[in-house]
Amino acid sequence: MAARIYVPRDAAALSLGADDVAAAIAAEAESRRLDVTIVRNGTRGMCWLEPLVEVETPSGRVGFGPVTTAEVKALFDADFLHGGRHALGVGPVETIPYFQKQERLTFARVGVTDPVSLDDYLAHDGYKGLTRALTMSPADIVKEVTDSGLRGRGGAAFPTGIKWKTVLDAPADQKYVTCNADEGDSGTFADRMLMEGDPFVLIEGMTIAAIAVGATRGYIYLRVEYPHAHRALNAAIEAAYARGFLGRNIQGSGKRFDLEVRLGAGAYICGEETSMLESLEGKRGEIRPRPPLPAVKGLFGQPTIVNNVISLASVPIILTKGAAFYRDFGVGRSRGTLTIQLGGNLKRTGLVERAFGITLREVLYDFGGGSASGRPIRAVQVGGPLGAYLPESQFDTPLDYEAFTAINALVGHGGVVAFDDTVDMAEMARFAMEFCALESCGKCTPCRIGSTRGVEVIDRIIRGTDRDANLALLEELCDTMLNGSLCGLGGLTPYPVQSALVHFRQDFLKA
Amino acid sequence: MDHQDPRIDEVVARVLSDLKDTPGALLPILHAVQRELGYVPASAVPLIAQGLNLSRADVHGVISFYHFFRESPPGRHTIHLCRAEACQAMNQRALEAHAKAQLGIGFHETTANGAFSFEPVYCLGNCACSPAMMIDGELYGRVTPQRFDEIVATWERK
Repeated sequence: MAARIYVPRDAAALSLGADDVAAAIAAEAESRRLDVTIVRNGTRGMCWLEPLVEVETPSGRVGFGPVTTAEVKALFDADFLHGGRHALGVGPVETIPYFQKQERLTFARVGVTDPVSLDDYLAHDGYKGLTRALTMSPADIVKEVTDSGLRGRGGAAFPTGIKWKTVLDAPADQKYVTCNADEGDSGTFADRMLMEGDPFVLIEGMTIAAIAVGATRGYIYLRVEYPHAHRALNAAIEAAYARGFLGRNIQGSGKRFDLEVRLGAGAYICGEETSMLESLEGKRGEIRPRPPLPAVKGLFGQPTIVNNVISLASVPIILTKGAAFYRDFGVGRSRGTLTIQLGGNLKRTGLVERAFGITLREVLYDFGGGSASGRPIRAVQVGGPLGAYLPESQFDTPLDYEAFTAINALVGHGGVVAFDDTVDMAEMARFAMEFCALESCGKCTPCRIGSTRGVEVIDRIIRGTDRDANLALLEELCDTMLNGSLCGLGGLTPYPVQSALVHFRQDFLKA
Repeated sequence: MDHQDPRIDEVVARVLSDLKDTPGALLPILHAVQRELGYVPASAVPLIAQGLNLSRADVHGVISFYHFFRESPPGRHTIHLCRAEACQAMNQRALEAHAKAQLGIGFHETTANGAFSFEPVYCLGNCACSPAMMIDGELYGRVTPQRFDEIVATWERK
């Protein structure tokens, strides 16, 4: 029987040479006349081990990483296909503490299966949620999602079930389900890994959403920076159509759902839901004032679900195992799991899915292993470019929406970016304003003008020009942006700026 | 100059006939045109506007809103260098300076030999392998200045 070898196809693994490694393994096996099957799986999320090659053995999958093409021959020499030892060996992959200590619900299949194989998906509990949903009334499906406590994972944390109920209750001939896959927040990559590593779970989640609210058409609005996810989604959508999981008569139920991927074009603001809808309509991605809510008047003026990738991808397991199963994970009003993304200056970067409530310190040190550079971690930005910078004194905050709100910070989409003590926080505050100026849609003045003035004011502070007056001016400007902006871009840019000012003030006073 | 490229009219006409009836057609059309021509030429704007019954200002407004759409031809390859926070935490600023010096150009410029256009990008979703860059859709992680030179050298020959 052919030995089964797994080499990830995830973009992170590819960015470190996984394609070359897969080709080298195939060539080496061929020259040794060994019968091997190479499966291109998603990533396990342990990015410091990528490319992580796994070999199926009677006692489970054992890993070797990070593998380079130069080491492939030595792996074969060591008989890595049959339990041979090699310096790159990491043992049974699922017993690595980083992986073992996770609670993988949404990411249960990512890294395990062949992402674009529908048979593999079905063999690993895929489409069980949809099968159950097809036996339920729309109101009961919505209730199940509401009862699970699932809140929008894109960052706003709005209860998903309540959004769905609004769409269900809105009378209309045409409703839509849209997936916000414009994962523009720096430091976040869970959506990408999910779409590349298990695209069917997103498709299943969207199909359940469509059946729950009576929508027949769906769009995945994907950022153009994600070509690998684009290919994986299109392959999965095609397979789902071919087997009757999408289209005019889903699994013989008489229900229809058509789904396609639409590409963004490099505008960060299109991750904001109304801006995304404008973009889907073929327009400039400018914010729409709310109300009306998209749930009432969304895409092409029709009731529309707008959910993040991880929110929708969490729906199948909620339908499969029930609301109570999912709700039993987490703390307080933050139920279920958070897909934490560890990036920047950490030894063990990657994806960690854990129930809400784990502290930032556990994430940074138990999982992340401290800084990659070996220097002290000085600042951590949680929740993307609009998230606050946290100092060491706040590392014991649990990852929980309310706990973060209480310290003027965001959990957001769960991105955690660590900086060591070489960081200049005045520069990072300036960068936050610069980014906002670059990405502002221009609709409202506090964001459009405020961000440009913000860069100038911070420059004067850094230079030491009339510093006290400019510090006061910056505070006032932040207050205006926070309270006067139409959406989260202008409204949250003050978070990284003010947190840098409060916790790292000395960096502004150097000149 | 645009009018000298005989492909423009043909490409735009074909793309329009394929896509103009799709809901929210403008972005898919602009993507399709740029995929084939490398940019959205000025002479394509009135054709697209007419095909979709929009004003030229509408179409131009959309092209100019989105960073990804180009109004001038790119080099043979386009390098997108990530400037976002996670990459900055891993020496991106030094890499950016090195890249500019090696290429001899700044962002939004094309090298004199036409080999590379150089664009900033704010997150490629490779924050666990920072710093990151992308060349013509191929992603690279943990890009040191030395690795940058090696990667760019292989693309220069393509």
